[in-house]
Amino acid sequence: MKHAKALALAAAMGFTGMAAQAETLTVGMMLTLSGPPAALGQHIRDGFLLALEEKGGALGGMDVELIVVDDELQPDLAVTRARALLERDGADIVIGTVFSNVMMAVFRPVIEAGVVLVSPNAGPAPLAGRGCHANYFNTAWQNDNNHEVLGQHATDEGYERLVLIAPNYQAGRDAMEGVKRFYRGEVVDEIFTQLGQLDFSAELARVASLRPDAVYAFMPGGMGVNLVRQFAQAGLTMPFLSAFTVDETTLPATQADAVGMFAGAQWARNLDNETNAAFVPAFEAKFGYAPSLYASQGYDTALILDAALAVAGTAEAEALSAALKAVEMETTRGAFRFGPNNFPVQDYFLVQAVERDGRFVTEAVATVFENHSDAYAADCRM
Amino acid sequence: MSATLLAVQALNGLQLGLVLFLIAAGLTLVFGVMDFINLAHGVQYMVGAYLAVVFYGLTAHFGLALLLALVAALVFGLAMEALVYRHLYGRSHLDQVLATFGIILILTEGAKAVFGPAPLSLPRPEALSGAIPLMDGFGYPVWRLVIIGAGLGVAALLYGLVQHTRMGMQVRAGATDAEMIGALGVDIRRLFMGVFGFGAMLAGFAGVMAAPVFAVEPTMGDGLLIMAFVVIVIGGIGSIRGAFLAAVIVGLVDTLGRSFSTDVARMFLAPAAANDVGPAVASMLVYVLMAGVLFWRPQGLFPARAG
Repeated sequence: MKHAKALALAAAMGFTGMAAQAETLTVGMMLTLSGPPAALGQHIRDGFLLALEEKGGALGGMDVELIVVDDELQPDLAVTRARALLERDGADIVIGTVFSNVMMAVFRPVIEAGVVLVSPNAGPAPLAGRGCHANYFNTAWQNDNNHEVLGQHATDEGYERLVLIAPNYQAGRDAMEGVKRFYRGEVVDEIFTQLGQLDFSAELARVASLRPDAVYAFMPGGMGVNLVRQFAQAGLTMPFLSAFTVDETTLPATQADAVGMFAGAQWARNLDNETNAAFVPAFEAKFGYAPSLYASQGYDTALILDAALAVAGTAEAEALSAALKAVEMETTRGAFRFGPNNFPVQDYFLVQAVERDGRFVTEAVATVFENHSDAYAADCRM
Repeated sequence: MSATLLAVQALNGLQLGLVLFLIAAGLTLVFGVMDFINLAHGVQYMVGAYLAVVFYGLTAHFGLALLLALVAALVFGLAMEALVYRHLYGRSHLDQVLATFGIILILTEGAKAVFGPAPLSLPRPEALSGAIPLMDGFGYPVWRLVIIGAGLGVAALLYGLVQHTRMGMQVRAGATDAEMIGALGVDIRRLFMGVFGFGAMLAGFAGVMAAPVFAVEPTMGDGLLIMAFVVIVIGGIGSIRGAFLAAVIVGLVDTLGRSFSTDVARMFLAPAAANDVGPAVASMLVYVLMAGVLFWRPQGLFPARAG
C-alpha cells in the first residue's frame, strides 16, 4: 500500500510491440492514496492510466515507466518519497500532488533537481504568484478558481444575502476569499467548522435562522457528504452553492440528497467536445465508476504532457517547459492553454448534481467564466 | 439568537451526546471492568455502519439490516476478543494501546480495500425520513429524534441491567475489584467476554443509527473515539451513569459552543478577529472541560463506586 508502484506499467498492462522505441521515460506520480481523501488521488491516477493506455503506454512517442507513490497526506513523508523518486528511481518528470500543503513541501526538492513538476490538482496561491517557477505547471486550476465561479454566479443571480460555510483551516479561508472576490452582495455570516466535523445540525439551524438567499459551502470529502445529507434532511430549500463538495467522489454517498445542488468546476461530463465524448464512456467502461473533475484532470495531464513531449522530443526541463508553455489544445474540458504563470487559462462552469440512468453525476448548466486566469498571475515574474 | 434557535441547538446537543453515549458505554465498561484500553472501540462503530450498508444492500429493509448488523457486530466483537484482546488483558496499558492501535490501522485499511475510499451511505427508513418543522424553512429530521429515543432507551436498558441483574452486579463488582470477584467464584473470562461483546454491539448499534445521518467511511470512528474518551474521563471510568451524564454534557457543550462561540466572541472583538477566535475556542471547549475535571475531580464527576 505504501509503495503502490505501478512498475513496468507497459508490461503489467499487457502492451506489446513497442520495441521500436528505444527511449524510456520515467514518470514519478505522487498522490494521496490513503486516508479519507484517497478517492481524489484514485480518480486522478485512474484518469492518467486511461490516457496512458490509449496512447499505447507512451507519451510523446516515448515509452513510459510510471511509478506511483502515496504521500499519505504527510508533507515530511512526501519529501522523503519525492527524493526517492528523483534519486533512486531517476524520475524524468514528477506529477503531483493532490493537496497544497504537500505541494509546498515537495516543490523545492523537485524543482532543485531540475525536473519539470506538473500538478494535476493542487494549485496554491504562492506558486501562482510570487513563487511561480518556469518548471512548475498546473493542469487543473488555481485553488481559488472554482470558488470564484460560485461568487460570480451568486452575483449573476442577484443573491443579496449569502452565508459561507467552510472548515477552519487555510484552504477554507482561501475558499471564502475566492467567493468574496466576485460576489457583490452581502455576506451575512462566515461559519467556520472544525476540520473533520461530522454533525452540522448546529450550523444548519444557524443558517436557517439567518434566512440567506443562498448558502455557499466548501466542505471536501466525507464532511461534504455529511453536510449535504443533513442539509437535505433538515428540509432546507435555499440554493446550495459549493466547490469540491458535490462531485462524483461524494455523489455515490449523498445520492438523491444532493440532486439540484450546484458546484463550480472546469469540467463536466456533458461538455460538448470530441475528447470528452470519448473520455467519459471509456473511463466508465474501464473502471466501472463515473469520472469526476479529478479524473478528467489526470486524463488531461497525460494529454498535455503527450503533446508537449512530442514537440520537445525530450523530458529535459528547459525544452519540455518551452513546449508545455506553447501548448494550445483541446482537452476533456475544451480549449486549454497555460497563462504567464503556468496555470490554466480556461472556461469555468456552473455544474449541478443530477440523476442519469440511476447514477448520480454532475452536469454543466452554465458557463460562468471564459478564458479565466487567476488573481495571482500578475505577481508572477519568471 | 432566538429562543427557538437555542432550543434547536440544545436538541442537537442532546442527540450528539446520545450517540457519544452509545460508544462511550461500551468503552467505559471494558476499561472499568477489564482495565483494558481499547482504542479500536471506534472501529467497532465503523464496522457496525458498514455491516448495515451491506445488509441493507442484501435485504433492502432497514429493520432487517439493523438486526443482522447487530448480530454480526456482536459476533465480530466476540471473535476479536477471542483472537486478540483476550491475550492482552494481563499486559501493560502500553501494550494494549499499541495492539489496539494496530487493529485500527488493519481494519481501517481493510474497509478501504473492500469498500473503496469513497464514502457510502445508508438511506433512512421511508416512514422516518420526514422532518418536523421547527423554524421557517427548517425542520428537525425525524430520524434524529429516533436516535435520541434509541439512546435514551439503551440508557434505561443498561441502567436496568447493571443495577438490577446478577450479571450487572458482577459487572459493578468487577469494576471495583476484578480479581476479588474471580476469587469468589465468578467466571471472569465469561464475564469479560460478555461485557466485551455487549460493548462492541453497542458501538455497532451507534454506527447503524448514525449511518443515515453521517457518511459511512473507513475513518468515521476516529473522531468519535476521542470524544468518547473525553466522555468517560469526565464521567468517571467504569460508570454507566457517569458515561450517560458526561455524554450529554459533552454533546451540549460542544454543540452550543460551536453555535454561539463566534457570537460571544463578537461582543468583545472585531468581527474578523471573532471569526478567528470563535471556532478555535469552540473546538477546545470539551477538552478544557476535561482538563478542569481532571484537575479538580480526577476520579470523574460520577465515579463508578457511587453508581
